[in-house]
Amino acid sequence: MSEKVMVKGTEAIGEAALRAGCRHYFGYPITPQSELTEYMARRLPELEGVFLQAESEVSAVNMIYGGACTGKRVMTSTSSPGFSLMQEGMSYIAGAELPSVFVNVVRGGPGLGDIQPAQCDYFQATKGGGHGDYRLVVYGPESLQEAVELTIKSFDIADKYRNPVLILADGMLGQMMEPVSFPEFKDLNSFVDHSDWAMVGTKMERDAHRVTSFNIDPYGLEKMNIKFQKKYKEIVENEKMYEEYMLDDAEVVIVAYGTIGRIAKSVAKMAREKGIKAGVFRPITLWPYPYEALAKHTDKANMFFTVEMSAGQMIEDVKLAVNGKKPVEFYGRMGGVVPTPGEIFAKLMELVK
Amino acid sequence: MAYVEKFKGPHALSGKEFTYCPGCHHGIVHRLVAEVIDELGIEGKTLMVAPVGCSVFAYEFFNVDGTVAAHGRAPAVATGLKRTTPDKVVFTYQGDGDLAAIGTAEIIHAANRGEKITTIFVNNAIYGMTGGQMAPTTLLGMKTTTSPYGRDVNKEGHPLHVSEVLKELRGVAYLSRNKVDTPQDVIKTKKAIKKAFLAQMNNIGFGIVEILSTCPTNWGLTPIESMKWLEENLVKEYPLGTFIDKVGDDK
Repeated sequence: MSEKVMVKGTEAIGEAALRAGCRHYFGYPITPQSELTEYMARRLPELEGVFLQAESEVSAVNMIYGGACTGKRVMTSTSSPGFSLMQEGMSYIAGAELPSVFVNVVRGGPGLGDIQPAQCDYFQATKGGGHGDYRLVVYGPESLQEAVELTIKSFDIADKYRNPVLILADGMLGQMMEPVSFPEFKDLNSFVDHSDWAMVGTKMERDAHRVTSFNIDPYGLEKMNIKFQKKYKEIVENEKMYEEYMLDDAEVVIVAYGTIGRIAKSVAKMAREKGIKAGVFRPITLWPYPYEALAKHTDKANMFFTVEMSAGQMIEDVKLAVNGKKPVEFYGRMGGVVPTPGEIFAKLMELVK
Repeated sequence: MAYVEKFKGPHALSGKEFTYCPGCHHGIVHRLVAEVIDELGIEGKTLMVAPVGCSVFAYEFFNVDGTVAAHGRAPAVATGLKRTTPDKVVFTYQGDGDLAAIGTAEIIHAANRGEKITTIFVNNAIYGMTGGQMAPTTLLGMKTTTSPYGRDVNKEGHPLHVSEVLKELRGVAYLSRNKVDTPQDVIKTKKAIKKAFLAQMNNIGFGIVEILSTCPTNWGLTPIESMKWLEENLVKEYPLGTFIDKVGDDK
């Protein structure tokens, strides 16, 4: 690890991707993540990498598709309206099992919305915004240091499972500045060898590799889907991540992710000062969701309190985990409004009364 | 007993039987592309992007590493392939529904960037695989399942002349419109395809060959009538010719 440096969120993610061995970035500017695109435009030529500004997010995601077909570490980043445009390509990438890393710095929606931080793309990210039965591995970092670590991990997970991975950040995380330490650059020759399936040319020595999500035979396509589901099950079993904060004796479990997960810790502290035993459960993988880890708190806790910058999307997963055993309450702000710890605390006090 | 020599196709073809309708020109075009790949000696380093549409199976017919792009997105996928592996030869195979409708942004920008890729653009003025609907290239007055009264300029606008649009773009290194309904045309088209590949191999820019083609099934004509219809109608609307050639004489 290097010494700590002060960086902006979008740039921290960009630098982390480079350290992870990503040398190919295709993207399209959109607020509030354009600095990430700009960062890659500046840095990649220095590392003899490829940066290309696509004509649209639709093209960017398909360039990622092409790049991933050759087995290279590829990445794109965008914000909500752009992520919507990428959904077509995401489905194809998942269907063709192409390792690739996406960053969505979420802003207020629906539609053009605004450019302020939000968490309203949770459904799209975790339940699949494109067509077909597919899943992305989705990480929701709460700090820039965690964003750096998860970005690097994303490339390894994408390679390991031949699956797209998404960093779901919000505008707050993208725009904030924090001290971060970066790991050393990875050896570009140390990655998973994809030459057994990737499009690298036959060299006239073997049969052609055919990388595709297409299978006209329903039985063949079902077989492909069964294979995908087996892979997703493996991911569910092995890749869940979460953080527990003051939960040992907690009677109130605040469930929140990303920026709100971080704010929730302040709220829990405020509650403890008032004698309310509160703690925070913060899922780090939003898919696979850590249901079991959350469910085990239903024994002790009296109440689950979900806080989101949305109308309530992750709350559905919280309810699945709690499974009716305890009440699940909710506080959310929309439109790009970031709730203050005081507002969340006030709502909590109202609920415990 | 008569001696039968086994017919051997180009090595760049996989040998899998084509699934095209009788009288369709995809088979001829596939063969020409494969012959060019053989002759250029690039089979081992060629990557192909098949489209959505009748030629969706093209990646199975060629003996080169291949993928299938989403409808219209082949030039973007090819861009990703080429930029990550610039030593490879990359081509897209696209129909007119694919390239001239949903994929207009992708083809225009890939061409304008001078992307070092090659596009084989097969234009039969109709949507084939989806069952004969109107394409941007459908002729005025032409009846299709979605223009059952004939394409009306006031409702559906004019036939889109893709090559004439692309010829304004400075990234294009080779651009021609051809057909394959006569032996002379087949020879000319093969030369054009070769130049479109050389445009990227010589690092000059984007190469594209538009090939006017028949669709007897959806035109509702026999293969012979289709050839006649192509000559009398398609060629009239879409004049043949070389629009851009920065490749020069083939050595």
